[in-house]
Amino acid sequence: MAESPFKADIERVQKEYSEKMTPGAIATIPGSSVINKTGSWRVFMPEFNRDKCVRCYLCYIYCPEPAIYLDEENYPVFDFDYCKGCGICANECPTDAIIMVRETK
Amino acid sequence: MPMRKVMKANEAAAWAAKLAKPKVIAAFPITPSTLVPEKISEFVADGELDAEFIKVESEHSAISACVGASAAGVRTFTATASQGLALMHEILFIAAGMRLPIVIAVGNRALSAPINIWNDWQDTISERDTGWLQFYAENNQEALDLILIAFKVAEDERVLLPAMVGFDAFILTHTVEPVEIPDQELVDEFLGEYEPKHAYLDPTRPITQGTLAFPAHYMEARYTVWQANENARKVIDEVFEEFEKRFGRKYQKIEEYRTDDAEIIFVTMGSLAGTLKEYIDHLREKGIKAGAAKLTVYRPFPIEEVRELAKKAKVLALLEKNVTFSVGGALFQDFSRALINESEKPKIVDFILGLGGRDVTFKDLDEALAIAQKALNGEEFNEVNWIGLRKELL
Repeated sequence: MAESPFKADIERVQKEYSEKMTPGAIATIPGSSVINKTGSWRVFMPEFNRDKCVRCYLCYIYCPEPAIYLDEENYPVFDFDYCKGCGICANECPTDAIIMVRETK
Repeated sequence: MPMRKVMKANEAAAWAAKLAKPKVIAAFPITPSTLVPEKISEFVADGELDAEFIKVESEHSAISACVGASAAGVRTFTATASQGLALMHEILFIAAGMRLPIVIAVGNRALSAPINIWNDWQDTISERDTGWLQFYAENNQEALDLILIAFKVAEDERVLLPAMVGFDAFILTHTVEPVEIPDQELVDEFLGEYEPKHAYLDPTRPITQGTLAFPAHYMEARYTVWQANENARKVIDEVFEEFEKRFGRKYQKIEEYRTDDAEIIFVTMGSLAGTLKEYIDHLREKGIKAGAAKLTVYRPFPIEEVRELAKKAKVLALLEKNVTFSVGGALFQDFSRALINESEKPKIVDFILGLGGRDVTFKDLDEALAIAQKALNGEEFNEVNWIGLRKELL
């Protein structure tokens, strides 16, 4: 899997969070959502079949997180640090290139 | 020149709000504090106060609107009582945790069930652990003054906590007294413009307020609220001093009355202090060495002042209009805790009285005195006593 595009943000926010508490615990820079890895909530995970994919980007557009980004050839890549397994991508996929399967370790 | 007008405590609270020039007031009417938002809405409608008056559908929304407005960076005010304050409960924690200096005027009223619109302190006492500062007014003048003081303390950078000012339902809210309304210029100088450094809307400085905190940060966030409460003790003293310089009225966290050679000191809050002072005069005439003390500030709890007070008396008799289902009332717990490690401490007797608006008369206070005297003479006494209870109904 490609490296997360949020790497720089993660480092920046982690640095701020290790600094002093602000009054009212205000997050003074945006981006804290990237260090809170919500992928651990997942029960079902998307399974991607590259052969069926027509690169319509609907999964990419509809992902509410957004935990899908596109590789060099414009195929979707899933970021499992943040994918909550909601299944919207699989629901939107017109060619069934994405199906939801129960997550196993 | 300051103006003297005859008014109810509700009106005094509305006047205080007008003088403090909040930008947003959100309120829902509830007995006995209904007149506060009514009067403020009049001020706004007449163009005497340049503010947004938000009409909401409940107290939960009223305080939520205040939190939103305060988080956007303006001074905000609301008023409520009893069940209304209880309905705000959830958001009270949020306001304190987000360090938003909102001020609430509370007409102290009993809580249901049974429904009772009259005075005791159960509503504000129930919110004592929310992190809010709490002030209690003895009369209508204090209701006005303490709201101004509450704004000043709440907005201090060392504090940044919301504050509530309680004044007794009907005993003060609906009773007229002469009240001195200070000059607007003086109040402006005293309070200044509210310019928050931590919480304000600015597109060039995006921030997130009311964030999620994982276990790694939550404790520290709560500690800062505790620390702000600790800082407030000093700030309150400073603000009281400044208030006295500007307006000539002296406030203390604990106001003492004839305590110098007192053996028994009665302690109370709110309007009962007025009755109590008369009663002390009456006792002194009879040669009984008694004194009175009134807590103007209940949160943060004035620990040092309580310890000083305890040194002066052999018996502390606490008169309180609330019940906590531990031991006695809230004051009893706080006083006991503040003195627990002192080497020499007075005996503490707790009196629960005047709940739900029952009059507290000299006869009731005589009953309390008799028990306090037992404690003084080393006889057996009950630590907790319900005064004026109609035993024939039980």
